[in-house]
Amino acid sequence: MTSTTTSTCPMPSGQVPEPPAAANTTAPTDPAGRARAVATASAGVTQTADPAALGLRENNTFDRTTMAAIRHAAQTGLYDIRGGGAKRKLPHFDDLLFLGASMSRYPLEGYRERCDTDVVIGARHAKKPLHLKTPVTIAGMSFGSLSGQAKEALGRGASEVGTSTTTGDGGMTEEERGHSETLVYQYLPSRYGMNPKHLRMADAIEVVLGQGAKPGGGGMLLGQKITERVAAMRTLPIGIDQRSACRHPDWTGPDDLRIKITELREITDWEKPIYVKIGASRPYYDVALAIKAGADAIVLDGMQGGTAATQEVFIEHVGIPTLAAIPPAVDALQEAGLHRQVQLIVSGGIRSGADVAKALALGADAVSIGTAALIALGDNDPALENEYRKIGSAAGYYDDWQAGQDPAGITTQDPELSKRLDPVAAGHRLANLLRVMTMEAQIIARACGKAHLLHLEPEDLVALTIEAAAMTRRPLAGTNWIPGLAGAYGGPGA
Amino acid sequence: MGTLAIGKSTRVDLSINSVRELNQALHQAEAGSAWEVTHPNGQHAIAVGLTLPLTVRIEGHVGYFAAGMNEQATVEITGNAGVGVAENMMSGRVHVAGSASQSAGATAHGGLLVIDGDAAARCGISMKGVDIVVGGNVGHMSAFMAQAGALVVCGDAGDGLGDSIYEAHLYVRGAVGALGADCVEKDMRPEHVEELARLLAAAGRAENPAEFRRYGSARQLYNFHVDNAFAY
Repeated sequence: MTSTTTSTCPMPSGQVPEPPAAANTTAPTDPAGRARAVATASAGVTQTADPAALGLRENNTFDRTTMAAIRHAAQTGLYDIRGGGAKRKLPHFDDLLFLGASMSRYPLEGYRERCDTDVVIGARHAKKPLHLKTPVTIAGMSFGSLSGQAKEALGRGASEVGTSTTTGDGGMTEEERGHSETLVYQYLPSRYGMNPKHLRMADAIEVVLGQGAKPGGGGMLLGQKITERVAAMRTLPIGIDQRSACRHPDWTGPDDLRIKITELREITDWEKPIYVKIGASRPYYDVALAIKAGADAIVLDGMQGGTAATQEVFIEHVGIPTLAAIPPAVDALQEAGLHRQVQLIVSGGIRSGADVAKALALGADAVSIGTAALIALGDNDPALENEYRKIGSAAGYYDDWQAGQDPAGITTQDPELSKRLDPVAAGHRLANLLRVMTMEAQIIARACGKAHLLHLEPEDLVALTIEAAAMTRRPLAGTNWIPGLAGAYGGPGA
Repeated sequence: MGTLAIGKSTRVDLSINSVRELNQALHQAEAGSAWEVTHPNGQHAIAVGLTLPLTVRIEGHVGYFAAGMNEQATVEITGNAGVGVAENMMSGRVHVAGSASQSAGATAHGGLLVIDGDAAARCGISMKGVDIVVGGNVGHMSAFMAQAGALVVCGDAGDGLGDSIYEAHLYVRGAVGALGADCVEKDMRPEHVEELARLLAAAGRAENPAEFRRYGSARQLYNFHVDNAFAY
């Protein structure tokens, strides 16, 4: 964790972590934390042998990462701000498995039989719903947090495969509108750069109520990233920390939201689909209220969703995992009789076609990727290992997106750094990832006998862990036992 | 839509026509045209998203977000206005002859909002360049996180005025309940007297600028520092 200004909650700067390969099995996974631990230990202590080889045992509650954080708080009075999503191990899509077809289900021929992937979003009220070729979309990420080159690359990659990108806090840029065939405009609490002209230029509008990494929290774009251009877009002075509000300034509660959505529709002559984005915390109630407010689509962002910068304590301790959020959201849609009519777009830790297929099988209509898209552009690329070391991090660990020093030129406003990113090549890499994720989802869908990705269903899934079984209400693999549900199938597990 | 031409104005009766029909007509109107809207009856989203130099006179009370996101148009409301009147206005002028509910002029980037009566809580919240002149009082947390522009209050201001303010200018003639975090009283220099006089004149008001006090940001909280943790 590094920071070069005194503006916020900096971790010690200039400390270079040990190479990840040198870490022993009990070492903290956070290189900055390890750097702090080493720096503390090195004051008068010679490190020689592996502590475990000496019979020493690390405390699980107070492991070295935790102890380093405590020391840092005690020494500085500061907490950690970082980007990215939750690092703790959470129940996730890996805890589900597809059953595939054998006798009771009939598979489709891989590579030969058709499995469609297109999805229509926002047909409930909008005159011009979105028609996407793949249900994998690009999540909202702000200009300010990302460089102009990164926004251009996202637009190029998404457009190459016929899907949508999304703006973020701070407004719409020429880079993303110019290179995004289908662009969703985020309408955020801060209203930084909010221009009705951009509402009309967008293909859909996403009213953001929350984010998976920090439900209930606002944002903080630190001063070191507030260049002249970012400051002008947000009507704020250069170099100051910019707080993004946690709630909208001109409405409170779902009844007001309904009126706000009507206003947005009136301003855009009812052409654009209106999404409502929520951070996963109480998805059943939030989705039910979003439906009542008139949303055309709902974006549900789970705890593994990333952020440009917020308090670590928020990222790791507020919200619920994506896996746990989907079933109650689908319940709300089904109870309203609007499942598949009000689309559910799930985000938060989507990494592969398997994740896509599992989210769809649980009831989502589409997914959004953020962190995976940044990795495709070149974030944390091992080729930049030396560059990451220079700023006190390591490839694969870098999450100081708030610091503006990104060697990959993605999470920065430094013109020298951002021009390192070739938006054409990076966009093509993203397009490749999107194609692969779509094809992987098709492979699974065919194996389950589905001619369209949206035909995947909960019955195609079983759970690998009791936790996942309870959260998704799918039976534990090899059983018909669903924790918490008695007699679901009338079998021995009832 | 059944409209009625009155001289050079077009009249729309919202007891007959829908708000959708009105807004569609205003979005397709000729620049410079004049409109009269009758029987608004507190309906929401009236005359929103206008982009041309139109003149729209609304006879009566309006609901939420009237004249929201206005660009270039002059909108006159003869009654009271609900939540978020002229929210995110970019340019033009909105004049409320009565009073306004909360969040008047929220996040507005430009133009002039005049409220002859009182404005409720959070008037000018997150204002980003708009000028707002209120003839009466404003409620609590007005100009919360105000970024740019000017708020003129000819009456009193409630608690938390200018909380977490950035660069907006606040002028209050009456009493202030309490100032919010990082908001302080500042000197009235000649350029501020000049700005205030211009805004009062533009709003058609006769108050003496010398009777006002100015408030603005102390700029102590622009960058987070742990020693200020209890100031928020």
